[in-house]
Amino acid sequence: MTEEHLSAFDAIAAGPAPSDPTTGGAPRLPAAESDHPSIGALGERFGDAVLGQRPTAGDQHVVWIAPARSFEILSWLKDDPDQAYDMMSDVTGVDYGNGRPVEVVYQMFSTRHKRALRVRCPLPLDALEIDSVVPLWRSADWLEREVYDLFGVTFRGHPNLKRILMPLDYDEGHPLRKDFPLRGRYSRAEQTRRALSQDVERYYGHEVLGEEGREPQELAPEIGTRGAEGGGA
Amino acid sequence: MAQKTVEIPVGRNPEMGIDGRPVQSPFQPFDIPEPDLGTERMLINIGPQHPATHGVLRLVCELDGETVTKVVPDIGYLHSSFEKLGEYRDWNQIVPLTDRMDYLAPLIYNCAYVMSVEKLMGIDVTERCKVVRVIIMEMDRIFGHLLWLGTTAIDVGAFTPFLYAFQQREKIYKLHENLTGARITTSATRVGGMMADLPEGWTDQLRAFLRDFPITLAEIDRLLTRNQIHIGRTQGVGVINAEDAINYGFTGPNLRAAGVDYDVRKDRPYYDYETYDFEVPVGQHGDCYDRYLCRMEEMRQSVRILHQALDRLPGGPINVEDPNVSLPSKTDCMSDMESMIHHFKLITEGIPAPEGDCYMAVEGSKGELGMYVVAEEGGTKPVRWRIRPPSFVNLSVIPKLAEGHLVADLIMINASLDIVLGEIDR
Repeated sequence: MTEEHLSAFDAIAAGPAPSDPTTGGAPRLPAAESDHPSIGALGERFGDAVLGQRPTAGDQHVVWIAPARSFEILSWLKDDPDQAYDMMSDVTGVDYGNGRPVEVVYQMFSTRHKRALRVRCPLPLDALEIDSVVPLWRSADWLEREVYDLFGVTFRGHPNLKRILMPLDYDEGHPLRKDFPLRGRYSRAEQTRRALSQDVERYYGHEVLGEEGREPQELAPEIGTRGAEGGGA
Repeated sequence: MAQKTVEIPVGRNPEMGIDGRPVQSPFQPFDIPEPDLGTERMLINIGPQHPATHGVLRLVCELDGETVTKVVPDIGYLHSSFEKLGEYRDWNQIVPLTDRMDYLAPLIYNCAYVMSVEKLMGIDVTERCKVVRVIIMEMDRIFGHLLWLGTTAIDVGAFTPFLYAFQQREKIYKLHENLTGARITTSATRVGGMMADLPEGWTDQLRAFLRDFPITLAEIDRLLTRNQIHIGRTQGVGVINAEDAINYGFTGPNLRAAGVDYDVRKDRPYYDYETYDFEVPVGQHGDCYDRYLCRMEEMRQSVRILHQALDRLPGGPINVEDPNVSLPSKTDCMSDMESMIHHFKLITEGIPAPEGDCYMAVEGSKGELGMYVVAEEGGTKPVRWRIRPPSFVNLSVIPKLAEGHLVADLIMINASLDIVLGEIDR
């Protein structure tokens, strides 16, 4: 058990693979211009904070924005009467691997103008943080928790940022990252041992209501933090 | 025979007369001071294994007496990492994963997934394929709503509608089986078309179902719509207004019950839905009763769409005639060199996609079902495959809807949202 186990932890300690110089960095910018009215208005108003845009899949439109001003841009998209994206359909993440930035993807729809827009926000791997949009759209609550759970992106200002699909004390990292092996970081034997030795009783107390809950960082350590002590102990 | 009158003292307690005095008690009455019992909030867990949670869902409730002061849904018990698995499979191999998410309306998921991949690749499916997909999606909308109808009725104590609904569901199961060979895990679609064309006589079976089904639906309608108990359990329970419903991410019948006229089939039409004649029911109050009414009417509208689609079902091929996308027929494959090569290339390499991403929203039975695929240039597997789960977002609203209601109402609210845990946990 220990042999396979230690090798899995070596992978955690090594962290994500280094950037491939040909693909890393900023998103590849498109050649074609899109005629989406919101994208034109965004470019005029926010200038440099709009990193790029492209039409995709026929009639869809994507715009990349800088994470530092994401909240400002998204709240303008929601509140400006000409945009009025009142429906946040989806918040998710995309990890391309090879050290490329993890992108947070917002799918928005305006029920007033019947228009859809996709906003993507690239986050470098060493700064996976972005402002939460829960104050704007309550639908982002669970969706952002899911991105935090599966990609490890921290949403600043989220009211209850903790794991949602994986167990609260899951300590193998964030499963949808490309450096996460499909079968998990532990061997099957170790996974079984951990599952059987869980103290399930503590899931049935007041802490699940969130009031006396522990800090999310304590519940879900970042990749690499457990590397040194090892899980074999 | 002479009549004899017997007087029996009747009170709350056999030892107490009707006037409240002890009849034959060894104890003498004395005044008990009202005890100061202090109140304490109670924590109860509903689920994860409970029939009223409609799946492996756990609701952690904090109660003040019988009133829910706080409810926290705990999900993830059915997590199967479908999205991660999808990154290791080529485009067509993902189809079987999709119907295991919403096992109550699997064909909608099959269709939605391949629609987003086709849109990403710029594949235009044949006219026949479009109409066939409309037919199977509307059929499964009825399929999903029937399960919701039966189980919700059971949750408020009505058993008969459950039996009626499941009798009709069984007929759709048979239609599934005749179409795909499976009752639940249908996997009916492929990129660029369908696994197979409609079998002979299938449309007649569907027409026979459409003849009988409205009769049963009317019977269930008579049992529930004006039923005093049902109305009492649903009206004014779990109310949400239109603005909040949008902001909290409601979609589908839940959103329309709150008075928002948003239906993906009308507002972002696909597969020529704008040419079908149907209406979108919109509620007024946003309570459980309006959600019930919306879904009942949607089933009737689906029947209308199905009739129109069956009437216009064109002939011709069901798969696109692009050797890079559709598999050749087995006969061609065995007799024709070119077809053999295409078959081999498709199976071993898969279908190459252009670089880009595509979000395709369809109106699922639970709400807006989005499929988001991201591909790299020439990729035969997705970089990212994301399902925008309607039930997941709908369930996240339950704390807002249920707080302040009774525990029994929480059960009704949970039922009225029409969730399926396979898709919430994915």
